[in-house]
Amino acid sequence: MIPQKPLLKLEQVDKAFERGGQSSVVLKGVDLAVEKGEFVSIIGHSGCGKSTMLNLIAGLTRVTSGVVFLENKVVDAPGPDRAVVFQNHSLLPWLSVYDNVRIGVDKVFFRTKSRAERHLWTMEKLELVQMAHARDKRPSEISGGMKQRVGIARALAMEPKVLLMDEPFGALDALTRAHLQDQVMAIHAGLQNTVIMITHDVDEAVLLSDRIVMMTNGPAAKIGEILTVDLPRPRKRLELVADPAYIRARQRVLEFLYERHGFVEAA
Amino acid sequence: MTRPLINAEALRGAVKVTRAGSVPLPSDAAPPAAPPARYDFAGAALKQAKAVATAVVPPLIVLFLMLVFWQLATSAPNSSLPSPTKIWADSKDLIVSPFFNYGPQDLGLGWRVLVSLERVAYGFGLAAIAGIALGALVGQSQWAMRGLDPIFQVLRTVPPLAWLPLSLAAFRDANPSAIFVIFITAIWPIIINTAVGIRNIPQDYRNVAAVLRLNQLEFFWRIMLPSAAPYIFTGLRIGVGLSWLAIVAAEMLTGGVGIGFFIWDAWNSSRLSDIIVALVYIGVVGFLLDRLVALVGRIAARGAPGV
Ligand SMILES: Nc1ncnc2c1ncn2[C@@H]1O[C@H](COP(=O)(O)OP(=O)(O)OP(=O)(O)O)[C@@H](O)[C@H]1O
Ligand SMILES: [Mg+2]
Repeated sequence: MIPQKPLLKLEQVDKAFERGGQSSVVLKGVDLAVEKGEFVSIIGHSGCGKSTMLNLIAGLTRVTSGVVFLENKVVDAPGPDRAVVFQNHSLLPWLSVYDNVRIGVDKVFFRTKSRAERHLWTMEKLELVQMAHARDKRPSEISGGMKQRVGIARALAMEPKVLLMDEPFGALDALTRAHLQDQVMAIHAGLQNTVIMITHDVDEAVLLSDRIVMMTNGPAAKIGEILTVDLPRPRKRLELVADPAYIRARQRVLEFLYERHGFVEAA
Repeated sequence: MTRPLINAEALRGAVKVTRAGSVPLPSDAAPPAAPPARYDFAGAALKQAKAVATAVVPPLIVLFLMLVFWQLATSAPNSSLPSPTKIWADSKDLIVSPFFNYGPQDLGLGWRVLVSLERVAYGFGLAAIAGIALGALVGQSQWAMRGLDPIFQVLRTVPPLAWLPLSLAAFRDANPSAIFVIFITAIWPIIINTAVGIRNIPQDYRNVAAVLRLNQLEFFWRIMLPSAAPYIFTGLRIGVGLSWLAIVAAEMLTGGVGIGFFIWDAWNSSRLSDIIVALVYIGVVGFLLDRLVALVGRIAARGAPGV
């Protein structure tokens, strides 16, 4: 394999949805390369096609034209190497917290790990998100933030090459959100894994990301600008508030979203 | 004893008996009154006794009033239907001892119900397996739905007994024919509800399954069945009710030891009191079957949303 080649690559990706004989172009000419270990956020107005882009990377929907490569192989189906943390947690309500994680572990490591190892692996991931204490609870018995944490554990437990997160903290209150952001940062620092995260929240994007991908408004949305966030890690949210580099990055994103691509009603 | 009686007269007779009997059929399922409070938590016990009483007392009162009304309405000496006291006098042995056995012609109603239940168990069991499998197919595949759904919609309106002549011709024996009638009666609501349940599996769960790369079989066991379980059990509940309706009618025509044939036999020898006792048995057993399936459904759906 060529060493310089990025882990994930989108080349001239178009996506159109057919509905009742009419085709609406959602994404047009999207190019993106993500290096191993990078944390990339995708930000843009509601309905511009962020989830669509994530689903293309996940393989849950097919590109209309263009190619998505993962490690030089064309992505054409979903798989555990691109585990997804869904916007609304999507835990299976009839399984316990433990079993929701274990089902993925059993599937991915069926051949390579023994039963006991799979159990330990599952518990390790639950501990990573501090949910081991609730292992026997049902999703209906835990809070929204806890569900999202289990969703993250489930995805991490598959040891994905790229972790995809679709507004993972969108439905949470500010305090829970900050807490989970810190946890995700700690996990990323520890595992050095590759993450692509969709967000609506400018602060969240700047705090967590190495690069921020800003989408233009739809229809036929594309990548408008990519901002590299030059802040040393580990990052501390309280110290950053007054950091000039942080403020500059924040301003760039806000400018892009509200001046150059202001929200258009019924775009 | 298997003598098929398929003629218009028999069918008319069957309908007549059912109609006549269905009016005075009381809700006889009232459990015994609340147990006396024996343990220390007198308050809790009292509360529970109250709850049981509010559930049991009203139907008992209504039952009592119905019996009184019935007694008054049928007490004339030339009344065409028996009064409760006459039923008690005529059929006391059937009421008090369900499990006597004086040879195949003179069996307790409990035994007869068990024979009918055995047929229902076969027919309904097969219908459950085939119905869930077909429902999964129809719910899962656009093409299967387009092809099969219209046919199901037509076939499900065919009355159960209309299948009986065909099935007698095919099986040449009363017992498999009766089981087939149960099967064909129960299967439609199971198919249709299963298909609806599977079509309603949230896209999220399908996405999870896709990311995990679950194969068809794993998807069926781990996602489809649990997610569609509430719908499936609704179908099973309707199906078991229809089975019980159909078995009685089918047995009237196919003979044998079942409760349905007992009614037919009693009608032929003008034992109206016996018929009314049998109706009460049928009602209670049907009620218990329904509750049983509902209970299994509740246990199976533990942990599903909203349960
Ligand atoms: N399966 C589909 N069929 C047809 N149109 C779709 C489909 N999925 C998405 N779209 C359309 O594509 C556009 C982008 O949707 P998408 O969900 O990707 O937006 P988003 O950027 O994730 O929005 P949000 O921030 O609100 O989640 C929308 O206009 C939507 O109506
Ligand atoms: Mg979205």
